[in-house]
Amino acid sequence: MSSVSDPATWVAQHGDALFRYALMKMRDETQAEDMVQETFLAALKARERFSGQSSEKTWLIGILKHKIIDHFRKHKREQSSDDIESLTEQLNQQFDHTGHWSIPMRTWQEPEQAHENKEFWKVFTVCIAHLPDHLADLFILREVKGLSSEEICKLLDISTTNNMWVMLSRARMRLRGCLDSRWFNRSNDDQNQEAR
Amino acid sequence: MLSCKEIGALLSQGIDRKLSLREKWQLKFHLFICKTCSCYDKQLQFIARSAHRLMQPEKDNQGIPPLSHEAEMRINSAIKQRLGKKENKNE
Repeated sequence: MSSVSDPATWVAQHGDALFRYALMKMRDETQAEDMVQETFLAALKARERFSGQSSEKTWLIGILKHKIIDHFRKHKREQSSDDIESLTEQLNQQFDHTGHWSIPMRTWQEPEQAHENKEFWKVFTVCIAHLPDHLADLFILREVKGLSSEEICKLLDISTTNNMWVMLSRARMRLRGCLDSRWFNRSNDDQNQEAR
Repeated sequence: MLSCKEIGALLSQGIDRKLSLREKWQLKFHLFICKTCSCYDKQLQFIARSAHRLMQPEKDNQGIPPLSHEAEMRINSAIKQRLGKKENKNE
């Protein structure tokens, strides 16, 4: 016997959590809504098999996770090897010919406090959204638990793990620049000019 | 000694894979004497922690909007429709 709650109450109970999870990964509201709907409908079919070992929410998130991975599998983006070359080039631009940093780097003051600030999460989400699609997909899929590097490369058509590291390095470098200018530089008006 | 450029790549890879003992020592040594790279290191760690926190389904992040009312209604009616079909079949 299953121990799920009345499906008519699912959306009210879990809709927001599932939607937020999906939105962070899909970065498209309509697609995220579709994922949530598909998840509930799949759960409806499978509810007899719900074992009650995990919470209902964890069970639903698990289904959603599979739906998202399926989505990435079906909608592979074009990824050419040229991208790696230009990414390497972009990474190199952060350094001078001797391999030293050529961009300004300053300490971020009390970064942990930012986590308690709603506005910070908005900025962080915007910074991720501003990454080129294939970098954002990769950065986000890395946070889906239980996916190995090999599986991620396969899903996103990345030819080698080495390429994946280059891409992630670039993604993080860009996020750093974005957060630096959009968040950590806000109170330092005199430094506003140097950040892009 | 590795350059800042090489260290930058290693710091990022340290988030994705287990570094070798040799690589760890190279990092440690470089970070000890290079302020800029230690600064970059801290920022990367912060970004990794933030990403991790953002993606946790348990954390109902206030920064991300909830399901819209329209979507909620649409999904609810899809569920009800499916439930109705099932009941009809059972009868």
